[in-house]
Amino acid sequence: MAFWDYANPTRFLRFVQAVLPWLTGLCLLFFAVGLYMSFFVAPEDYQQGDTVRIMYIHVPAAWLCMMCYSVMTLSSIGTLVWKHPLADVSAKSAAPIGAAFTFMALVTGALWGKPMWGTYWVWDARLTSVLVLFIMYLGLMTLWRTMEDPIKAGKAAAVLTLVGALNLPIIKFSVDWWNTLHQPASVMRFDGPTIHPDILWPLLVMAVAFTLMFFVLHLMAMRNEILRRRVRALRMRAASAAQPAPAGAAQPAE
Amino acid sequence: MDLGPHAGFILASYGLCLMTALILIAWVRLDKAAQEKALNDLADRGIKRARPEDRSSEAS
Repeated sequence: MAFWDYANPTRFLRFVQAVLPWLTGLCLLFFAVGLYMSFFVAPEDYQQGDTVRIMYIHVPAAWLCMMCYSVMTLSSIGTLVWKHPLADVSAKSAAPIGAAFTFMALVTGALWGKPMWGTYWVWDARLTSVLVLFIMYLGLMTLWRTMEDPIKAGKAAAVLTLVGALNLPIIKFSVDWWNTLHQPASVMRFDGPTIHPDILWPLLVMAVAFTLMFFVLHLMAMRNEILRRRVRALRMRAASAAQPAPAGAAQPAE
Repeated sequence: MDLGPHAGFILASYGLCLMTALILIAWVRLDKAAQEKALNDLADRGIKRARPEDRSSEAS
């Protein structure tokens, strides 16, 4: 069976049912190992002390809030170019999860900033662009809720998602383009990570755990959205069947 | 385990992330239960999706 065949909603639901227990188990395993490494294996930072442990959740949450929007962007292209309903389902289901990861990144960043920078918040480019991303997520979730027809809502949201994707390179390169309190990239660099392996490995394990959590929640949310659309279609069919035929209308041929 | 003078910030960060993750998990599980209940209610009223095998038997 080709990968593209899973784009059929019924086959996709069977795929989710088979894959979800394994992904969930793997996710819990990575979280257990990652949290153990974060608190009991990774050393204190020579300048930041124990507050560096916030990094093991802040950085994966920040990566995931951008990855989630990237998934929505690709899905939106699928909606607009191929008009595939699963692409629309994917984009809609990812938005609340992306908003949650962005919320985690903003809150943990503020809680890390207070002891290290002396303030919870500054209006610099990195923090502000991530706040804009959070507002984009909330705006898209609202847009989907305001339009009753999921196909029309999906198209409008896809266009808005693609416009919002311009924010992704701004978030990524804001620390290089403007003066900021936020440190520059230290893992995803062309010349390799600048972090010591004792701190890097727990971070990477936690990043895998967060990524697996995203996929587990995304698959579950997509399954729910497919079921929601089935409920809507069945209710519409039942409502149209219940309506009496207009007087004088021709009877359908048996 | 001693987390130093900023333990409150560290524990608050992990606690808020845990709470957010739990809310997400609760959301997807409750939503699934709601959709399945709606589908079952419709099925009880005789409103179901036509299966491919049903369509083929209708055609024959």
